[in-house]
Amino acid sequence: MLNKVNREIPDEILKDKNYKPFETTEIGDPETTYVAHKVKVSQGNDKLVDSIPDVIAKVGLKDGMTISFHHHFREGDFVFNMVMQEIIDEGFKDLTLAPSSLTNVMNDMVIKAIKAGTVTHITSSGMRGSLGDFISHGGLKDPVVLRSHGNRARSIENGDIKIDVAFLGVPNSDAVGNANAIKGDAVFGSMGYSLMDAKYADKVVLLTDTIMPYPNTPASVKQTQVDYVVKVSKVGDPEKIGSGATRFTKDPKELKIAKTVNQVITHSPYFKNGFSFQTGSGGAALAVSRYLRESMIDKNIKASFALGGITKPTVDLLEEGLVNKILDVQDFDKGAAASMANNENQQEIDSSWYADPYNKGAAVNQLGVCILSALEIDTKFNVNVMTGSDGVLRGAIGGHQDAANAKLTIISAPLVRGRIATVVPDVTTVVTPGDSIDVLVTEVGIAINPRRKDLIEALKDVPGVPVYTIEELQKRAEAIVGKPEKLEFTDRPVALIEYRDGSLIDTVYQVKD
Amino acid sequence: MERLRRTMMFVPGNNPAMIKDAGIYGADSIMFDLEDSVSLAEKDAARMLVFEALKNVDYGNSELVVRINGLDTDMGKADIYAMVKAGVEVIRLPKTETPDDVVETEKIIAEAEKFFGIENGRTHMMAAIESAEGVLNAPAIAKASDRLIGIALGAEDYVTNMKTHRYPDGAELSFARNMILHGARAAGIAAFDTVYSDVDNTEGFNHEVEIIHELGFDGKSVINPRQIPLVNAIYAPSEKEIRNAKAVLNAIEEAHKKGSGVISLHGKMVDKPVVARAERTMALAKASHLVDKEGNIYVE
Repeated sequence: MLNKVNREIPDEILKDKNYKPFETTEIGDPETTYVAHKVKVSQGNDKLVDSIPDVIAKVGLKDGMTISFHHHFREGDFVFNMVMQEIIDEGFKDLTLAPSSLTNVMNDMVIKAIKAGTVTHITSSGMRGSLGDFISHGGLKDPVVLRSHGNRARSIENGDIKIDVAFLGVPNSDAVGNANAIKGDAVFGSMGYSLMDAKYADKVVLLTDTIMPYPNTPASVKQTQVDYVVKVSKVGDPEKIGSGATRFTKDPKELKIAKTVNQVITHSPYFKNGFSFQTGSGGAALAVSRYLRESMIDKNIKASFALGGITKPTVDLLEEGLVNKILDVQDFDKGAAASMANNENQQEIDSSWYADPYNKGAAVNQLGVCILSALEIDTKFNVNVMTGSDGVLRGAIGGHQDAANAKLTIISAPLVRGRIATVVPDVTTVVTPGDSIDVLVTEVGIAINPRRKDLIEALKDVPGVPVYTIEELQKRAEAIVGKPEKLEFTDRPVALIEYRDGSLIDTVYQVKD
Repeated sequence: MERLRRTMMFVPGNNPAMIKDAGIYGADSIMFDLEDSVSLAEKDAARMLVFEALKNVDYGNSELVVRINGLDTDMGKADIYAMVKAGVEVIRLPKTETPDDVVETEKIIAEAEKFFGIENGRTHMMAAIESAEGVLNAPAIAKASDRLIGIALGAEDYVTNMKTHRYPDGAELSFARNMILHGARAAGIAAFDTVYSDVDNTEGFNHEVEIIHELGFDGKSVINPRQIPLVNAIYAPSEKEIRNAKAVLNAIEEAHKKGSGVISLHGKMVDKPVVARAERTMALAKASHLVDKEGNIYVE
């Protein structure tokens, strides 16, 4: 059947997997019940384990179970590969892999695990590179389930993801499981996404290279949650965990887009004392922070909070007094991670607090302005951040669907990239529905969702910011790069894109070779 | 009213990404280069690329200029024919030394216009002056053709020719700048200053723009889009200048309504140059987004 964003959802998937088709971005106030997890009572004296094989035996890992990891170490992660190699070697079969996301450094190991029959189901925020390619070419029988960070939190609470064993790498821990990510060689700042695993998994295993004296505070993960602590040689490569010093982009096109994004923000009704924002990472996002800073000083406006994935430029705003608080679910660079140890106004939040649609109110619901990226955006303002122009999985939902809940959601994207249009008649994959997108900013001008008559009025005369319809922008893109040939897919689904409430918003099919 | 030419942005004719995006930075003029920035092996490809871009890409209100290869090369004539066919607004001659260089080029342009059935005289020209001889001939070059919209200083070749190099204070260019400016003004056409290649040196760039702004140049050649807002900021009129300009234009309107020939403002006579200056000030204010379409000063 066709869902509300006009995507054909196979009836057998709706039936077999008990899915509802996507209906609306309005979550409403349904009642829900959270699941509880098992507790193996411990007095805490024998949690320290010498090796990964030992801990796998102690947690009682069995075929068919669900295991989880976090992706806070990003491309510097050593933990995932160490643990998965052992699990493959021990011959486990039919596991469900449920990490917060998968980074490139994990790709080869995941493919190996699939080929060995060790992993037969995957849910993640996204995947890229060789793994995306492998899955898109039909490498896994069961379709991968792709969820936003908020949706993963919801799914864990509601039991859609039931984690049997969570393997969580941490830069430090004491012998009973009090751990944080703000001290040690491999600091990554906020433990945001992994806090859900620590809270809800039946068995929680911490892996660390640094054992601290008891009690190790401040504790993000607590001894009350942890079953075992494994000492390993090294949990990660500090050089690859986050980007180093954030360099400001000199690309004139990125700067132009960033400047326009800032003009949209400052001319919107939301730019006033106490406003809030989420900028994300990447060259243009960092540039927005700089322009926004200038405007805030200029107009004597201060923000109540900044949200989401945090970068050094955002931390600088906090230290300068231009932002009162940071609600921090992950840190993209060393500066932001290091600052969490020193600044009490940089609050670590878990992914439920950040973005969960099914709790008693998430931070994204309080968010004023949000800047997001797009691989593609179509004339209905639907956004794709998951599949490339070749139809292959090469992205992650991240917090995209969640943060788009902000009062002013801005997509910042170039009109075309190389020879590929970004603004298209129909996106390859709908990830975030157009209903939650307000303004598209490109290098040639902006387009405003016709639903937002107030913004059309507010932004109609911004100096140097031409307003187009999104159809006009799409035509402009097409005039430059022409019409691409239609992508060809087989009829076999390889990935299911959930909306944040767990309904099905789109299906990704195997590409035709 | 004469068009604003505060910035002329150089775009290498062999770089599709830069050609595609050249229109988004608000340059008053865009100059696609088929000459020095394109290697010999890429000359034909660049000519085709620029031809297609001129025909297909929307560059908004920017004036479109192409720098061709000299007529002393194999490519010059082919460049002219292709650009005339594409409908370019201005063809820029490199290394112009004498009025004859202009006349020769004009002849080929006229031929090309005739060949393609295009109205005679539609393609304009500008001349780059890049040598001692060119500078000494600047007044004559500027008057060599009605098609000329301006002349420009190309400093790199010029300083080599003069056995010197670029200095921060610009003394080495003082004579050339003044010759070119006087030549242009005597002929009633625009004067463009040379490029500044150290794109990360904002201070040095601003200093140079201040010099040429004071002298009276129409604008500056830029090699990076980041230089455009810097030039525009220096060319932007002050609020006081805008208020004066508005007062002058209002006085004119009042006088016209009353049918009065002599116009005065605050006891001073408003004559033609004052009006021209006021009109240019308002045009600059609009282009710098300091006033709205009706000429009202933006209140922030």
